[in-house]
Amino acid sequence: MTILLYLVPMALGLGLLGLGGFVWSMKSGQYEDMEGAAVRVLSDDDLAP
Amino acid sequence: MNESSDYSHYIRRNGDGSAMMDFAVEDITCAACITKIESALHHLPGVEQARINYTNRRLHVEWSFGRIDPARFIAELKKIGYRAYPFNASSVESEEARQMKWLLLCLAVAAFGAMNIMLLSVSIWAGDASIMSTETRDFFHWLSALIALPVAAFAGQPFFLSALRALRARSLNMDVPISIGIVLALLMSVYETAHHADHAYFDSAVMLLTFLLLGRTLDHAMRRKTREIAGNLASLRVPLASRQEADGSLTLVPAGALTRDDLVIVRPGERIPADGLVLTGASEVDESLVTGETRHRPVAVGDELYAGAMNFSGQLTVRVSAAGDHTLLGEVERLMNNAMMAKAKTMRLADKVARYYAPFVHLTALVTALCWLARGASLHDSILAAITVLIITCPCALALAVPAVQVAASGALFRAGLLLNAGDAIERFADIDMIVFDKTGTLTLPDPDIANRAEVPDDLFALALRLAQSSHHPLAKALARAGASVVPFDDVEEISGSGVQTLVDGQTVRLGSPTFCGLADAGLPDRNSVLAVQAGARSAILHIEQNLRHDAVTTLRALQAQGYKIGILSGDRAEAVAPIAAQLGVTQWQAGVKPAEKTAVLTALQAQGHRVLMVGDGLNDAPALAAATASISPVTAADLAQACADAVFMGDQLAPIVSGLRLARRAKRLMIENLSFSIIYNVIALPLAMTGYVTPLIAALAMSGSSVLVTVNALRAQSPLRSLRTN
Repeated sequence: MTILLYLVPMALGLGLLGLGGFVWSMKSGQYEDMEGAAVRVLSDDDLAP
Repeated sequence: MNESSDYSHYIRRNGDGSAMMDFAVEDITCAACITKIESALHHLPGVEQARINYTNRRLHVEWSFGRIDPARFIAELKKIGYRAYPFNASSVESEEARQMKWLLLCLAVAAFGAMNIMLLSVSIWAGDASIMSTETRDFFHWLSALIALPVAAFAGQPFFLSALRALRARSLNMDVPISIGIVLALLMSVYETAHHADHAYFDSAVMLLTFLLLGRTLDHAMRRKTREIAGNLASLRVPLASRQEADGSLTLVPAGALTRDDLVIVRPGERIPADGLVLTGASEVDESLVTGETRHRPVAVGDELYAGAMNFSGQLTVRVSAAGDHTLLGEVERLMNNAMMAKAKTMRLADKVARYYAPFVHLTALVTALCWLARGASLHDSILAAITVLIITCPCALALAVPAVQVAASGALFRAGLLLNAGDAIERFADIDMIVFDKTGTLTLPDPDIANRAEVPDDLFALALRLAQSSHHPLAKALARAGASVVPFDDVEEISGSGVQTLVDGQTVRLGSPTFCGLADAGLPDRNSVLAVQAGARSAILHIEQNLRHDAVTTLRALQAQGYKIGILSGDRAEAVAPIAAQLGVTQWQAGVKPAEKTAVLTALQAQGHRVLMVGDGLNDAPALAAATASISPVTAADLAQACADAVFMGDQLAPIVSGLRLARRAKRLMIENLSFSIIYNVIALPLAMTGYVTPLIAALAMSGSSVLVTVNALRAQSPLRSLRTN
């Protein structure tokens, strides 16, 4: 059962990583404009003609 | 007169010399608009950032302060075809945005905890059937505790704080049993784990929190969307004022930036931007948005003016005054506060249930413990059984039942053209049995329109339309709206107090008062609603009046057919109200009603047992809107009226009211269904918990099962009505 000593911290670490990722995305304002991102992808001004 | 614009009211400065400002932008419809607007602004000198928020149709611009005048932004956008208005988020809106972020964070933390604890719990449940040692199980339980306790302490805050507030006010809300249930479940689980017991409820407690936070977040998201749209609309309507500076120059400022004793110039055709006293000049004002009265009031030096009134004939200088208690606005605010205080006593459906539910649950838990003791069980086992009862009855589905329906229904209402202002408005709309309308601006269109188009020769009408583009007179402006794409004449002379004239093919064409156009004033009904047009020897009279909304007759008939009683309460004269009431088939109407009398009438109707929906737009309607069981305003209503209405309808039609009421009735039915579902679930689970058969696995299954059922049922509120015919 010593494998738990590795697996449990790993599982928790991954979970915390996800939580951290969400908090970061929220703080950086990615949920301010939910519809905009979907529409912006359609404009291709950034491509070379 | 040269005028400069002052936007300092809207500009926020950064420490590094840059400045920011927000705009609400109209007509953003597609992806191309975003790039078009952003690149146009980026090409201006000094602009550091310009970003469109497509969700709420707002534009955020940052620039190095002093290098460019923000008025250029608006001009630039106008050039490429977008109307932009400076925008300031209201304090309510920014507070709600902050709340929303907090709830999302709590939800994320709770979901993280729930997932990780469930991971451990599944291992324990699986291990129970095989050969998991007591040490391993204890280790897993301690691990769960390690996650659950900090997670619950953080993510439970919205509930704990709200429960504390309720208890401090000596009342009970749904959050009280929720908080007690969660705290007890956690404490008991820690105690059990310390004593090497089989079962711990860490998973249930945290999962419960996650579901509850989900409901809370959805509820919040719905209200926030309404606020954003209402905020944009408000900024489109922010009146601008010409402020006279000490040196005599004029600055164009938003009305909100005016302070007491500022001097404001109001030209004919402009709205009075703030309450004040007339310093110089004389005119007539149209106060239909303030009092509902359509007849104009003559004002002279020393007279009092109210914000929102339309200046009709002469230029006025107004000294801005604060609203005193003796003014109309002061009275309206006092009445409104009284009405709001009275209304705070009506209870929301969920809280009504909570009032009976909480004592019942706590009593059942106590009875369970006593029964177990009486039957010879140990104190430990009895308390354990009692706590299991509290956990299993923790109103998870009950707390989701109402918000889930509200969110789903508000989407359907939004598509029907009705924006909700208050979260519990749906419940109150569903109970309505009588509807009282205001006349001016509610049953009638807010802007006057041409009443006798058919009687005017086409060529004269076309000339009138073109001339009207160059006039500032309110009636001519109404005419100008009818021909938005008409090109104005190049050289138009405006003769103050009479009208406008120009030369077309050597012939004088005039638009203005009948005498100005060579017609006799006599025999005309009301000179406040008459314009004349003259081309050479020919002339015609144009009647410009406030017309009924196009669907007013069909809507009222549909409402009557559905069994609603209809009434009209107007501040206007009886002569103006009577024909409209007759046309609409309404027998119960009162005219010349003051704001205080409106609330009195509503209170009397409510005392008779009616649940009244008030529909009104004027400042004078605000107290009545607050006093009624539920209230709706048109989107063109005065700010104060809109702020105390439960919902706002968009567009020129009354139809959203009909579909809104039907949607609300259906939503209420679903709420009651949902509440019954969760109560049935409790009726089944309670005996199991009381007799000690509930294991953590059963608790987890039952809880998520009922929550999912309730949420899925709520989604039915989202579908549009099968038939939306108003007839």
